[in-house]
Amino acid sequence: MSRETRAMQDDEATGPALFSLLDGEALWSRKDGQAGVACASCHASMKGVAVRYPKVESGRAVNLEQQINVCRTGRQKAPPWAYESRELLALTAYVARQSRGMPIAIEWNEATAPFLEAGRAAFNRRQGQLNLSCAQCHDDNWGKRLAGSVIPQAHPTGYPIYRLEWEAVGSLERRLRNCMVGIRAETPAYGAPELVELELFLMWRARGMRLETPAVRP
Amino acid sequence: MARVVVNVPASAKRGEVIEIRTLAGHAMETGFRRTQTGELIPRDIITQLVCTYNGVEVFRAELHPAMAANPLLTFTTVATESGTLELNWTGDNGYAATQSAPITVV
Repeated sequence: MSRETRAMQDDEATGPALFSLLDGEALWSRKDGQAGVACASCHASMKGVAVRYPKVESGRAVNLEQQINVCRTGRQKAPPWAYESRELLALTAYVARQSRGMPIAIEWNEATAPFLEAGRAAFNRRQGQLNLSCAQCHDDNWGKRLAGSVIPQAHPTGYPIYRLEWEAVGSLERRLRNCMVGIRAETPAYGAPELVELELFLMWRARGMRLETPAVRP
Repeated sequence: MARVVVNVPASAKRGEVIEIRTLAGHAMETGFRRTQTGELIPRDIITQLVCTYNGVEVFRAELHPAMAANPLLTFTTVATESGTLELNWTGDNGYAATQSAPITVV
């Protein structure tokens, strides 16, 4: 990450993801749905929550966006938000922001192992017309350049991110789908189990690294 | 939706150079892009920012289609006296936003 991008990310008062955070703060305390409750009615602080997601619950891996929608449909009795909608990204960013600076804490245990194994297999599997795996770029060739950009190690430490290329806030799934388009592979739909498993594996792979949400990336 | 934040130091010494940072939430649609069916997306950008310090204009910027979305502008002025800095953004389709920030000069 360049010095300029880092400066944008560290700018708390006028960072580019600021409006998303402010939206999230408003949504957090807004009563919604038939139940007429807000997130703030049940939850006090969400500190330390984002570093434990995606989570394995009742036999499937659930990421933070999905958990927010589980709460919306289950507790608030409200319609779920669409993936990548302004509201869902804003609330996710607001929740994850509270864990900024905390180390990512995904455990490899009995419950998570099958999903992590599936994610690892996806990470190492060659796919697409270019027949590349994630690992071939992000494990074997990180630090080198791809079309002028430095290949990163693929640690998802700051999602949802404000990506300068998008000129907007976006989720890890959007970023993963971008990569898959790049290698001309088939893109799984948002929320597909294989994407969430890959997210889970990447978060485990980045365990111990500090969360930077909302990060700024080129 | 016109959303703007202004970041000004709350107090400054007389004669000190102060930095004003302002971020506007705006899509800055260039007017050169097309939809998937080939229709031109009309231009929708912020065209001007004017900053007045106790009614006196101290900074003016004209913005053009090559600016990124959510433009951040940083500029400086000399703290002369206590009062307010008022920032006026104007743009296409009747976009207008005003935000003022107080400053105390000691």
